[in-house]
This record gives sequence, structure tokens and C-alpha cells, in this order.
Amino acid sequence: MTAEQRLGTQPSKTTRWIILGIVGLVFALPIVAMIEFTFRQGLAGGYTLDHWAGLFGEDSARTYRGLFQAIGNSVVLAIVTVGIVLVLLLPTMILVHIQFPKLKRVLEFICIVPITVPAIVLVVGLAPVYSFVVKIFGSGAWTLAFAYGITVLPYAYRAIQANLEAVPVITLSEAGRSLGAGWPTVLWRVLLPNLRRGVLAASFISVAVVLGEFTIASLLNRVNLQTALLQVSQSDPYVAVIFALLALALVFGLLLLIGRLGSVGRNRKES
Amino acid sequence: MTSSIPIATTIAPSLATEGATVELIGVVKDYGTHRALNSIDLSIKPGEFVALLGPSGCGKTTALRALSGLELVNGGQILIDGVDVAGVPTNKRDIGMVFQSYSLFPHMTVLENVEFGLRMRKVTAGERRGRAAEALDMVGLGKHAARFAHQLSGGQQQRVALARALVTRPRVLLLDEPLSALDAKVRVQLRDQIRRIQTELGITTVFVTHDQEEALAVADRVAVMRDGIIEQIGTPEELYTTPASAFVADFVGLSNRVSAELSGGKVVVHGKQLDLLGELLPDGPVTAYIRPEDLAIESRGIPATVVASSFLGSLRRTQVVLDDGSLLSIQHDVDTRPQPGDAVFLRLKGAPVSAVPRTVNAPIGEVAVP
Repeated sequence: MTAEQRLGTQPSKTTRWIILGIVGLVFALPIVAMIEFTFRQGLAGGYTLDHWAGLFGEDSARTYRGLFQAIGNSVVLAIVTVGIVLVLLLPTMILVHIQFPKLKRVLEFICIVPITVPAIVLVVGLAPVYSFVVKIFGSGAWTLAFAYGITVLPYAYRAIQANLEAVPVITLSEAGRSLGAGWPTVLWRVLLPNLRRGVLAASFISVAVVLGEFTIASLLNRVNLQTALLQVSQSDPYVAVIFALLALALVFGLLLLIGRLGSVGRNRKES
Repeated sequence: MTSSIPIATTIAPSLATEGATVELIGVVKDYGTHRALNSIDLSIKPGEFVALLGPSGCGKTTALRALSGLELVNGGQILIDGVDVAGVPTNKRDIGMVFQSYSLFPHMTVLENVEFGLRMRKVTAGERRGRAAEALDMVGLGKHAARFAHQLSGGQQQRVALARALVTRPRVLLLDEPLSALDAKVRVQLRDQIRRIQTELGITTVFVTHDQEEALAVADRVAVMRDGIIEQIGTPEELYTTPASAFVADFVGLSNRVSAELSGGKVVVHGKQLDLLGELLPDGPVTAYIRPEDLAIESRGIPATVVASSFLGSLRRTQVVLDDGSLLSIQHDVDTRPQPGDAVFLRLKGAPVSAVPRTVNAPIGEVAVP
């Protein structure tokens, strides 16, 4: 029995387009509304480019200094969080997959748990931890990445795990070793190229989560993109929405990049 | 994708080796409380092709992986050319290995795959290209160098894996059921190609398989394993004609299990006295293992009724049922064509047989098909 027979006939092309249209509309409406809002000229009506032009004005660096600093913080946080995922989570998952398969369930449980804990609850636990973190690492913005490393675990885990399951990691690593490669070489030259898609997905999803995070940063009195946007929105809601749109575009671009980079190998193989 | 395997006109001279001696001495491997290898002893001469044969879970793959270093052993010595490598990691053992599942690196071309081992050994780019191309020509895939694994058939992938394993001139070639995922025709072709290449390169080879026909066809010697021990090691002829135990008789080739009596060292089957192979047993009821070719259909003898008869090309195999309900298999020439329901008579040709005390054996009257 084919998959088609099991699941019934596929919806017609028209039905698919209607479904896609409705879903697209649901997603597009708020974004279009945000874009439209950034061009509004007060409550009286009319449209203007002033809000966008103001970002590139002479005083913008001074006016939005706090916001630019927050963007800088978020970028640093995203980089450090991705670093944590790549340096700690990825090798751990590969190690468990190859050497300790019995621990897969335990690791999965640990990685999935953060998604079940609301950020506001997580902060209650993190607040005393951060009193120690500050003593050891200082109060730099980047230290918030330790908390973000936990919040991105479920997403990063799923992305990497899906790729690990799809690739014969054990056989490839054994083949590499039998050909004279040590573990670092096996990891770098044999496994990582085949896990590229999962690693990229985990990285970009982590970036997306970090750029969109508000609760933890706010409750731990840290400044990141989202907390700064809230602050700016109190005085200039247009700029806040513009930056929210730019962040959205950045994340959307990253997701497109995942698909693009993930298919590069395939295209090369087919050519 | 099934295609016949092109035979290379010459074997790459640069890949020839002198072959290494391999010895396993008292090798023990435990998985928790389960002993997978129970003090294995095995000695392989330089250039020899040895097959490890046995049913699933007998320890043959564990033995191969212990030899490769992919499994660390709990005791014993593993000597390659007299040097104990039991503590040496896989990548330092200088072995070549072909795996049961396809193991080509998907992100590399065929040529890059074959070059990988040479790259690890820091061979210069020019020499690397030359040797990899030579190895690919040897397995008849020189024209596929730019392809990726997913663009090759299963048989082609395993041939690339063979070239990749041989290009580094390893001291020992380890083959872990490399043919099991292939269809029957390609399997036989590749099996013969592996044997031809191995013979011409002179590389010491250990081949793991559960297919007795495969083992008997390619190996200089076959080690039959069961429950973590080697039951018997010998040439294919020795194993077939003089099995050391009932298990070997049962596992290697077809055997009929026949109810018999042991008396004075002779096995008495339907009134006929046959010599006993293997260890002497106490007198009493036994189950004898009789090869299908050691039975003949005659005009007189043991009465039986034909159940089925199969044409197998150069011979015919007929199943008959005796009056006591025993089901036996007889191998004979194709000119004799018994039909189901025919009354026939069987004759024991008198070849020596293996036997075990009846209490410890499987039901009587079944044809043991490994």
C-alpha cells in the first residue's frame, strides 16, 4: 500500500492554494499592518517616510544609542548562545548517539524540559544562579547567554537530532576511523559536513529565539533588543515597530538561508 | 540498479601487499553479563582469506570488530605481525574495512572517498590521485570517480568501499558482511571479484558472513562460530566432509537429522552401520546428520514417499517422507525425476556421519537448513 493509498488522495491544486492563501493571510495581516503603521503620520491620517528617514538622520546615533546598544547586546548574545549550542550540545549529542545510545532518552528529556517551563518561572530559578554568575563572570550582557543556552535547548536539540537520525553517523565514523582518521578529524571532515543542515537549523533557530526573547532579560534587568524596543515604544512607537520589522526580516532571512545552505550540497550532488 | 561487474584487466601493482599474520589469543569480550567472545583463538597466515561463519549472535562480527579496534576486548591478545594491538586505536591499526551497510561519505565524490585514507596518511596530492584512480580501475569504477554515493547502485558503492579500503595498502582487510545488502546476482559477482582481488594483492583478509555458501566459495579456511567460541576451523572441504561437531554438520551445508543407534563406535541407521565423525559418544540412541548427497534413490532399500522435487540446475533435490514420518532430503542427478506421491526406496551410500546423543538435539526427521 502506497503512502497515497493510506492517506487518501491529495487535495486538489485549488484547495492547496486556498489553504496557503488563508494561512498566508493570517501571517501577513499583522506584518502588513505593522508596515503600514510605520508610514503613518500621526493619528490624523496621511503617510510619511519621516519615521524611516529619521533612523538615518544626523541625531539618530545619539537618539537611539540605547537601542543600538541593545542590538549589539542581542547580537553578542546570539553569537555566544550559538557557541554554547555548537560547543556543548552538538558534541554531546554526537557522543551520546555514537557511544552511549542508552542515554538518548535522558538527554532528550533534559533538552525538552525547558520548553515546558514558562520563562517567568525559569527566571525565579535563574535569579539566584545569576548572583553567582555575576560574581564569577561579571555582569556583561553576554552572560545572559547561559540562560538562553537553556531556553534554546529544545529547538536546537530537535534540529540536530533529526539530522543525526537521518545520517548513518555510527557507520560513517567507524569508516573514517578505519581509514586512519582520529576523532577530531572524523568529527570535522566526516560528520559535520553531513550534519550541516541540522547544525545550521539549530544555530539560526537559536538566533531567532535570542532576538525575540524579552521576559528573562527584562526580569533579570538586562538590556537586549526586545527590552529596548519596549522602552523606545514608550516614546516613539514608530521606531519600535520599524526595529521589530527589521528583526523579523533578519530572522526570516536566516530561515531562508537554512534552506538555501541545506540544499547547496544536494545541488552539487545533482550537478 | 543491477549491472554486471566489469572485471579489471590488471590488478594495480601499487596496491599489492605482503600480507600480515593475524593472531587472536584467548580473546574475551563481554557486553555486561553476556560473553560475546569466550576465549577465542585464531591464527591467520599472511595472505590468507579466512571467513568467520555462524548464526546471528555467535560473535563473528564482534571478533572482527575486536580485530579492527572498534570494540575493545576484555582479555586476550590481538597480534598483527606479532605485535599486540589490543590497546591500539582503530585509526592506528593500519587496517582496511568494508562494512555491511553502505559507508561511503555522502558529501564526497567517489574519488574523494577513495583518497580519504591516503589524505589521512599525508600522501602527496599527485600520488593520492594516481593511487585512488588505480584502485577505482581495479574495481571497474574508474569512470565513476566524479559521482556521489547516492548516484551509485548498492553493488557499486560496496566496490568503491573495497577500493577505499585497499588503496592504503592495509596490513589486513576486514569485510563485515559486505554483500548482505545486495541482490543475489550482484552478490555472487562481487564475491568472486573480492576473492580475485584478494588473491592477486595477497592481502590477509577476514570475511564475516552468515551465508555458508558464500564462506565456502571464497575462503581458504572457514571458522564456524557458535556462542562466542570457534567450533571448528578448516578448509571448506574439511568442514563439509569431516565436521567436528553436530553443530558444524548442521550449519554447514544441508543435513538430514535421522534417528539412529550408536553401537561400538558405529552409527546404525536403518540397519546400516556408518562410521562416526568427531568425538566418540557413549552407546545409545543418537541423532545422525546425513548429507542429502549421501542418500540415493534406488529400486530397493528404505521405503519412502516423494513429497516434492526441485530442479536446481545441475542437480535435483527431492524431499521424501519415511514410514515413521521422518522428512528427508536427497540430492541426485537431474535425470531422475520423481513425482510427488511416488513410492521410492532410499539407500545410504555409507559416508561417515556426525551424531549427537538424542536427548540434546532438535526434533528428528527435519532437514537442517542453516
